[in-house]
Amino acid sequence: MTFFEAINIDKNYANHKALDKVSISIPKGSVYGLLGPNGAGKTSLIRIINQITAPDSGEIIFDGQPLKPSDVNRIGYLPEERGLYKKMKVGDQAVYLATLKGLSKTEAKKRLKHWFDKFEISTWWDKKVEELSKGMAQKIQFIITILHEPELLIFDEPFSGFDPINANLLKNEILNLKDNGTTIIFSTHNMSSVEEICTDIALINNSKKIVEGTVEEIRMKHSTNKFEICYEGNTDCLEELSKQFNISNQHSNNNQHFFDIIKSNEIETNQLISKIIENNKLVSFREIIPTMNDIFIQLVDNNNKK
Amino acid sequence: MNKILIIIKREFLTRARKKSFIILTLAVPILFALFYAFLIFMMVHDDKEVRNVAVINESTIEQPVTSTEYTKYKYLKDVNFEKEKNNLLEKDYYAVLYLPKDIIEKNEAELFSKMQVPMEVKNRISKQVSFKIENLKKNAILSKIGIPDLDKQLAATKTRIELKTLKLDVESGTAKESSSEILSILGMVGGFIIYMFILMYCTQVMRGVIEEKSNRIVEVIISSVKPFQLMIGKIIGIALVGLTQFLIWIVFIGILFIVGQLILMPNIDMETLRQTTDMAQLAQTSGMDIEQLNIASSLSKTLDPGMLSNYALYFLFFFIGGYLLYASLFAAIASAVDSETETNQFMTPLMIIMVAALYIGIAAMKNPESALAFWASVIPFSSPIVMLVRIPFGVPTWEIIVSMVSLIATVIALIALSAKIYRVGILMYGKKVTYKELWKWLRY
Repeated sequence: MTFFEAINIDKNYANHKALDKVSISIPKGSVYGLLGPNGAGKTSLIRIINQITAPDSGEIIFDGQPLKPSDVNRIGYLPEERGLYKKMKVGDQAVYLATLKGLSKTEAKKRLKHWFDKFEISTWWDKKVEELSKGMAQKIQFIITILHEPELLIFDEPFSGFDPINANLLKNEILNLKDNGTTIIFSTHNMSSVEEICTDIALINNSKKIVEGTVEEIRMKHSTNKFEICYEGNTDCLEELSKQFNISNQHSNNNQHFFDIIKSNEIETNQLISKIIENNKLVSFREIIPTMNDIFIQLVDNNNKK
Repeated sequence: MNKILIIIKREFLTRARKKSFIILTLAVPILFALFYAFLIFMMVHDDKEVRNVAVINESTIEQPVTSTEYTKYKYLKDVNFEKEKNNLLEKDYYAVLYLPKDIIEKNEAELFSKMQVPMEVKNRISKQVSFKIENLKKNAILSKIGIPDLDKQLAATKTRIELKTLKLDVESGTAKESSSEILSILGMVGGFIIYMFILMYCTQVMRGVIEEKSNRIVEVIISSVKPFQLMIGKIIGIALVGLTQFLIWIVFIGILFIVGQLILMPNIDMETLRQTTDMAQLAQTSGMDIEQLNIASSLSKTLDPGMLSNYALYFLFFFIGGYLLYASLFAAIASAVDSETETNQFMTPLMIIMVAALYIGIAAMKNPESALAFWASVIPFSSPIVMLVRIPFGVPTWEIIVSMVSLIATVIALIALSAKIYRVGILMYGKKVTYKELWKWLRY
């Protein structure tokens, strides 16, 4: 079920086009990775979703209805460029920002207490933000972003500035939110985090969307039919295979032979395996699936060449 | 709307709770009170040190100086001044006054001392000697002409007219006594305070906007509220801080006034003072100095409560109007830059306009009816300051209405324009902004 949809979004600034007929469709409960190099138009799109700027043309559907001003209370946004009032106390500040999202003061305090306890940072309540480290401030910002229990969460480079321990904590919280049914947009160029938590992705380059789909679909589409094989036996089989297929990375250790093979579509995987095990013992057989990082670079390169 | 209120509340409370605000608001009136108390004390407190002055008189003037309670003159005869002057100063004499033979021709005498002689002592001696010489010269002429008692007749011609200034209210046909000096002071104080307030609080608006931008909190906030709500909430919140301060100061001044009156004139209430015409009699019944009473009377007649409260209302209107006008511009400028140091190129023109308005205000104090004063009090950028200077002198109602309407219209237009620049500016980082760039943002 689609929770959020942007249709043919155009956005022009004085001397450049930020978004060119971009359409995305985000399923409910997904973690939707919005990927693309710097300056591709990710932030422009995110700002349009947050109604910070208006698109020149195009339509946005939020939970089945055209997006309206009051929907900002149902969206949580953690921008890439984020900060807090340095001279203001942590607790006051969190309450202030929560009330701006439509929470009552008492409700905001109650929920904040819960989160502060959970993150074990209750002692920070009366501290000024300038007394906190960058990582501590990021935690506060995360809590503020999710406090009003938004149905759509938008994280722009959420992990930048976090140490690995806190990044992990944050990742788990994001996955928790997803399990509770929150739809999450995740903008990043950190590809390893995409593989870990995203279910869907869209790739934006030069103001255009070039790919969209579930992570599985996209990886399958970009599978290279490459396998990493190791068997025990003599080299006859290897020699025979090399006549038919492209073999690389070949090396042997006693009678164990390692190599990569690119399989053509004429032959099924099973047939390939049975060819090997006819006279040998198969040690390992693994498909080399491209990482999101490889796909990302390949897609952007191809797109730029066009 | 509710969100604007939340923003206003935060902007107000974070500033009004600051120590610097509380100190400034309470300390400034106390400092002023202490300063004036000190001045009054200095004026009332006479110089009570006894000084002995040796006089060596080689001139023909008899008794050129007369001893007073605290300055004693001792005439020394047959003393060689050049030789003795050091000795004399070593002894008990505070100073040595030397009047040479040719003093009448040359108008020069000398006063020697080890320490610098106070101005008052110097002036008193110079006055006394001058008076004696003047009389000598006058008597010489009088004796030549030979009219009996001419000096007395001449003395009787001395006149000083007490010119009362009365302002005629055309509508009610009543004339009201008022002092133009006091009106000038009131107008100038009003104009200057409005200038200070506008500058002080508009700077706070600017700092606030830059703070939000450089802290990078602004994007978080405008994902919850419209940029316009944030801007207007900040402007109104800070205006309320200014008004609070103004109100506290008014209350302070009121208390000072009442306390001052109780101490200085315990027997007279303001209303009797305002209505009494015979000052001499009032002075007698209340046992007060007639000169002081005259000043108090003209103060109370010029600054009657109705006039003051009217003026306070005008002040409020023009402060709010002028503040909104400049604050919206300051907010737009602040949104366009990354740090306070970059604001100069945009702030300078505004500062020039404000300072020019202040100087026109000073000129308007001397001539409130001049064409310059008129135009400056109608044109919105200078009207808050100049109009406040002119109002105590009486400004035709239509002029005030024109000035107010044009101020309101300009404020609305400038807030709309500033909001457009602000909306774009707060999300722009690392860009050197020019006037051309701002113009472009207006049309986004």
